[in-house]
Amino acid sequence: MTFDFFVLPFFLGLITLLVILAVKYSRWIREFDPADKALIKKNIFTTKSLRAAGEVFMESLLHRKMFRKNALLGYMHMSFAMGWFLLIVCGNLESRIYSKVHLNPPYYPIFLKFFVHDHRVLAHELLSIPGVFRVLMDAILLMILSGLALALFKRASSRWFGMRKASKHSLYDRIAITTLWLIFPLRLLAESFTAATYEGGSFLTNSFGSFLGSFLPAETLAYPAWWAYSLALGGFFVSLPYSRFMHIPTEIMLIFFRHYGVKPSLHFNHYSNFEIQSCPKCGVCIDACPVHTDANRDGIPPAYFLRSLRDRQPMPSSTFDCLLCGRCESYCPVGININAMRLSQRVEFSAHLNGSFRYLNGATARPASVAYFAGCMTHLTPSIKKSMIMIFKEGGVEFNFIDEEGSVCCGRPLWMAGKEKQARELMEHNKKLIESTGCTTLVLSCPICLKVFREEYGMKMEILHHSQFILRMIDQGKLRLSKHGLRVAFHDPCELGRGSGIYEEPRKVIRNFAELVAAGEERNMSVCCGGSLGSTGIDAERRDGVSHQALETLMQNRPDAIVTACPLCKKTLQKDSPVVVSDISELTVLALETKKIEAAATMN
Amino acid sequence: MKNFGYAINSDRQIDYDSNDHRVARYLAEHEPSFMVCFACGTCSATCSAGLFTDLSLREMIGNIKRGEISKIKSEAEKCMLCGKCQLACPRGVNTRNVILTIQRALVKYNL
Repeated sequence: MTFDFFVLPFFLGLITLLVILAVKYSRWIREFDPADKALIKKNIFTTKSLRAAGEVFMESLLHRKMFRKNALLGYMHMSFAMGWFLLIVCGNLESRIYSKVHLNPPYYPIFLKFFVHDHRVLAHELLSIPGVFRVLMDAILLMILSGLALALFKRASSRWFGMRKASKHSLYDRIAITTLWLIFPLRLLAESFTAATYEGGSFLTNSFGSFLGSFLPAETLAYPAWWAYSLALGGFFVSLPYSRFMHIPTEIMLIFFRHYGVKPSLHFNHYSNFEIQSCPKCGVCIDACPVHTDANRDGIPPAYFLRSLRDRQPMPSSTFDCLLCGRCESYCPVGININAMRLSQRVEFSAHLNGSFRYLNGATARPASVAYFAGCMTHLTPSIKKSMIMIFKEGGVEFNFIDEEGSVCCGRPLWMAGKEKQARELMEHNKKLIESTGCTTLVLSCPICLKVFREEYGMKMEILHHSQFILRMIDQGKLRLSKHGLRVAFHDPCELGRGSGIYEEPRKVIRNFAELVAAGEERNMSVCCGGSLGSTGIDAERRDGVSHQALETLMQNRPDAIVTACPLCKKTLQKDSPVVVSDISELTVLALETKKIEAAATMN
Repeated sequence: MKNFGYAINSDRQIDYDSNDHRVARYLAEHEPSFMVCFACGTCSATCSAGLFTDLSLREMIGNIKRGEISKIKSEAEKCMLCGKCQLACPRGVNTRNVILTIQRALVKYNL
C-alpha cells in the first residue's frame, strides 16, 4: 500500500509551493539587469557555487551567526532548520531501505511509518540499519521538538535569547507559524499512535505511544492524526510564500547570487526582491537600531521596514527617519543590504523633486601632488582643518587646500536623501576641481565625503582619510610624536568604520600618543553619534537620545577624552559629553614634539 | 528731465488675506520645527550654497510665513543639503527637512 487520501493536503500543498516559487523566482530573475545576468552565467559553473553551498550549510542550516549572537537563539533556529533537513534526508534513506525502490512518491518518506509498520525493534536489531534509522529519526524529531519548546518559551521571555524586543507578526505570519508549530507535535502524535498500534517506533514514539495508548484508543486516533499532520504540512506550504517563511528558499538564492557578485543598485529592482524576501524577521535588528531603542521611533528597524516593502507600502517616515548608520547590517544574520534597500526607496520618494546648481561655475585649482579637501563639516569645526594644515607643514608635505575658501558639498547628503541627479551635479563639479590639481593623493577629513568620493566619483588618484594619511606620515618618520599620557576612547564614525571599513588606522595613530581604552560598543557595533546626515526625518530631541546612548557606551571605562575621526561626530558628541571630544588630528598636533618645544619656549 | 536719483519703490504692504499660505500650512504639518525659527540668520551665514549664490533660509522661512512664495521654488532648488545650517541652528530647527518639505509642497501644489 503506497497511497492514502490523507497524503493529498501535503502533496497538493507541496506542488502549490513549488509552482509559486518557480513562477516568482523566474519572473524576478528574468527582469535582472543584463550585467547581473551575465555575472550569474559566468560564475554558475565555478567554485563560487561550491562556496555558496558551503555558506548555505553554515548559515541557513547551522545558523552560525545566530549562535554567535546567542547560544539559545542559535540552537532554536538550528534545531528547526537542521532538524527538518535531516528528517528529510534520513527519511528518504530510510524509505529506500524499506521499499528497495529508488524512486518513491514524495509523500512516501514523510508518511513512511503509516505505510510500513514493522514489529517492535528488538535489542539486537538496534544495530541493524533499519533499527539505527528508527532511533535516528526519533532523535531528530526530539531535537526539533526541543527547538519548538524554546520557541514557545521565547514568546514569553525573549530576554533569555539575548533580545530585548521580538518582532510583531502580520496575519499571514501568524497562519504560517501556527501551522509550522503544529507540524512536529502532530507528527509525534501520528507516529506514536501508530507505534502503539503496531508496536513500532523507537525510544520516543514507542514509549510516548504506549503512554498515550494506556488511556486513549490509539488505533482509532492514528488515522485522524495522520490527516492532521498532512493538513498542517499542506497549510504551511501554501502560506509560506506569503509569510516571513519565504526567507527559507529565498535566502538560499540570495547567498548564491551574492557569491556570483550580484550587488544591489541604487534603484529598486528585481534583485531587491530577493533581498527583501530573505528577511526572516528574526528581530535581531530591532535592538541594534538606535532610532528604535534610543530615539523611540517605531517602524524603523529593518524587520518592519522590509515588511512594508514586501507589502508594497513603504512609509515616508520609516524611509527617511533612519540614520543610515548601518548598525543593523552588522547584526543581520542574513547579511541583507538594508541601507541599499532604504536608499532605493528614498530615490523613489524623491524622484520628482527638483534642484539645480547652475550657479556653480567651473573652478580650477593650483596643481599639487597632495590635495586636501576639508568638506562642509570640517569648516564647522575649524580646529580640525587648522590641525591638518599644521600636520601637513610639519611633515613637509606640498599640499593644496582646495576648499580653503569654503566647500561645494560632496553630494553624499543629497545622495542619501534620494536626490541622485542633483548629487551627481555636485560630484561633477568637485571632480573637475580636484582633477584640475593633477594630484596623486586626495586627503579628506570628513568620512561622509570619503565614502562618496571612493564609491561614486570614479577618480583615479588615491583617496585617503586623514587618519590614514597621518598614520602613513608617522610610519615614514615625518611626524615625531610623544605620548601625552591621556586615556582615550575611540568613537568609530559610521561612514568611516561600517561605511568604508577603516577601523585599524585611527587606532594605530592614537596608540602613538595616548592609551586607548575600550568603549562599550566598538568597530562595526559602534553606536551612531546621532548627528548622521543619513536621516532627514528625526528631530533634534530624538537625535539627542541617540547621542546619549553613544556617549554612555564611550564612557564605559571612564576615559579622559573621547577621540573620533569625523567632524560631524565631534560636533554632535561634544554637546553633551562629560569629557573633551577631540578629532584624531587635533590630538596628533598636541603630541608633536616640535609643538612642545615651542610651547616650552613661550612659557620660558 | 534731470535725474535726481529718486525712484518710486514698489508697494511693500503685506496683504495676508490674498497671500498663499499653502506651503506654510504644509510645513507646519510635516516639519513643525520650522515654526520655532527666530530668524537669527545663523543658517544663512554658514550656508555652503550661500557662498556662491544668494540663498538664504532665514529669508525663505520669513517669506513662507508671510505667504509670499513666488520666489521660493528657485530658492529651494539651490540647497545642497549639506547640513551645516542644521548643526549651527540655535533653535534645533530640522533645516534639511524644512528644505525637502518645501520642495515636496511645491510639487504637491504644482507651484
